Amino acid sequence: MTSSDMTSSDMTSSNMTSSNMTPLNRLQITWRAAQDIEDGQVVNLGIGLPVHCSDYLRPGIDVIIQAENGVIGAGPLAAKDKADSDLVDAGSRRITLNPGASIVDSSWSFAMIRGGHIDVTILGAFEVAANGDLANWDMRVPNRGPLVGGAMDLAASARHVWVIMEHTTRKGGPRLLEKCALPLTAVRCVSRVYTDLAVVDVTPRGFIVREMIGMSRDELQAKSGAPLSFAADCKALTAPPIALPE
Amino acid sequence: MPIDKRVDFTAALDGVADGATVFISGFGGAGFPNALIRALRERGPKNLTLVVNSATHRYSLTHELIANDQVRKVICTAARGHDKEPSPFETRWMAGKIELECVPQGTFTERIRAGGAGIPAFYTPAGFGTELTKDREVRRFGNRDYVLEPAITGDLALVRADTADRYGNLTFRYAQMNFGPVMATAAKLSVAEVRAFTDEPIAHDKVQLPGLYVDRVVSAP
Repeated sequence: MTSSDMTSSDMTSSNMTSSNMTPLNRLQITWRAAQDIEDGQVVNLGIGLPVHCSDYLRPGIDVIIQAENGVIGAGPLAAKDKADSDLVDAGSRRITLNPGASIVDSSWSFAMIRGGHIDVTILGAFEVAANGDLANWDMRVPNRGPLVGGAMDLAASARHVWVIMEHTTRKGGPRLLEKCALPLTAVRCVSRVYTDLAVVDVTPRGFIVREMIGMSRDELQAKSGAPLSFAADCKALTAPPIALPE
Repeated sequence: MPIDKRVDFTAALDGVADGATVFISGFGGAGFPNALIRALRERGPKNLTLVVNSATHRYSLTHELIANDQVRKVICTAARGHDKEPSPFETRWMAGKIELECVPQGTFTERIRAGGAGIPAFYTPAGFGTELTKDREVRRFGNRDYVLEPAITGDLALVRADTADRYGNLTFRYAQMNFGPVMATAAKLSVAEVRAFTDEPIAHDKVQLPGLYVDRVVSAP
């Protein structure tokens, strides 16, 4: 039985003492990344999966979510009957404002980003290289126009750039690489990667695995395209059960 | 003569000619000047360069100018359609009928800001080492590399705002502001459409864009 054959019911059965052998689902990856957000930080969450991190912040912490369209202090999605078409985030989602919120224009918003005033940005990605290079904007989709948005500015200038992605491509190829194959978003910018299999720091010495699910180091290395080292205190990667929407 | 920038739609785009560079505000679903975009389509100038965040956005009518073959170039941060079928922009771009300059969003807005602020070019770290800046001059400051980005100025800015007074002072609702203020600063002619005119001047501490940047305002409730 391979780890992908395991179901969540296996996880909750008798052998909870052994480490989790099931890959995290996409929302569990966002949950894991959200646990590292610290009280008081200013955080920008990328469009797509990363915006869900705000649903899983640790209880009691107060975080300011900056959206690059200029909303500082973005709150949860608006209820249908309260939604306002002018109150949106960068992904066109109709949102609410948290207490203490403010709204600025795009130039100020990006001056804030370039100026190093964003503590953490969490972005989706296609590939991350061992030197921290990031590729997350252009899949070279045939017959489609390019879409860069604010990713290059965020990746170049946020104080910490974290990435959420599946450890491998749909075809099973690695996304952690010696050198990105897809067009770069920014050079030497990523400091931490959260995948369905591991939490990996990007350091001057390359990839260092901080946490991983219950698979062998050789198996994890086989799913990675650059050498991994393992932290002396490398821990089990776990997350609470979170159902994916239908 | 008392200043009064309020006009009706018949006069809103007087003087706009073929070949104009046109800024269009709006991002994330808010702040699209759709009544003015319609008016520009009806006026019919050709060979336009559009400076707009998205070449196609489901809440914007920008694509109508493109489908009407009035556009020769688009400077934007997002050129991807949102339907399975290619957008009017994508079909024309793939056929080589329309030119594309794709720009990182912070660089996009700062190039426009610089255009309105008398700065001809500036260095930014965004985009260094990527395809989008491969033709740019690179310079090292401290221990980082930066690319030199030129300002963008234009002939016409179309901006959506919430209220205007007769001086052209503007207020914006929530995230409607986005690119509107900088676009108005960088165009020779700036036209704003607003939900409502106010009879009284807008209080100085409520003005979000001073009327000196706005030439004409039209009502588009």
